[in-house]
Amino acid sequence: MAVIEVSQHVDARGLSCPMPIVKTAQAIKTAAVGDLIEVLATDAGSVKDFAAWSQRTGNELVEQSVDGGVYRFVIRRK
Amino acid sequence: MTTETLLPVDPIAQAVAIADRGPASRPSTEPEPARAEPSEPAAAKDILIINYSGDLEKVWATMILASTSAAMGVKTRVFVTFWGLQVFVKDSKRITGETWMQKMLAFMQRPGISHRKLSKMNFLGMGPWMMGTLARKYGVASPRELLEVAQEMGVEFLPCQMTMDMFGLKPEDMIEGMGEPVGAATVIGLMTENSVPLFI
Repeated sequence: MAVIEVSQHVDARGLSCPMPIVKTAQAIKTAAVGDLIEVLATDAGSVKDFAAWSQRTGNELVEQSVDGGVYRFVIRRK
Repeated sequence: MTTETLLPVDPIAQAVAIADRGPASRPSTEPEPARAEPSEPAAAKDILIINYSGDLEKVWATMILASTSAAMGVKTRVFVTFWGLQVFVKDSKRITGETWMQKMLAFMQRPGISHRKLSKMNFLGMGPWMMGTLARKYGVASPRELLEVAQEMGVEFLPCQMTMDMFGLKPEDMIEGMGEPVGAATVIGLMTENSVPLFI
């Protein structure tokens, strides 16, 4: 697997809807186009929410995985 | 005629659907048709929330939807009116208004986003306290925190001029960053242009 250069991390573990999305949206504003942002969340609803958010905003959901109740999303800024 | 499954045709629904196909500017009540390219975001509409209620649970819903909508890159406005207006008075204000009736109303219902009551199970503040405790335990942001992020992300909060006059509220009673007071015509104007309206 190719090594992914993540430029920013958003730790939304322990936060409920809508904060994982809100924090990601705030972080992405400070990122450069093409930058990758890694988000960690424990909100189970965030799987569907990140898909919807990515669809709406056009920021690409590059990777997603779950490990021990922690969801990890890697997003590329549009 | 084959026995192939056909969609049932309702002549009234069909007529309504045909009549509804007006100019493209008219907001459609039909669901968005399936898009050919799912990766392409649909044309963004604005969101207009009418925050009418001052009840804790409804204000919470307004704040969650407004902050999420802004996070999704949708232009978001919140028209605050009637009991909803009390929410946007500074927490530090206790009594507002000029006349004894306006002051009495403020006394009976303490203004400010941190002083909201539940519409049911309020129990002299026991309900909101339990809600707040549960929210903290489960990492749910409070209405006040959500209001702050919503404002940071550019959600416009527009107070209703008529309600401000009726309750005797002055611009300096309101929280920082409120938009210019507007009226119902502005709201209807937005609804008929490009805004999805939500009445809370």
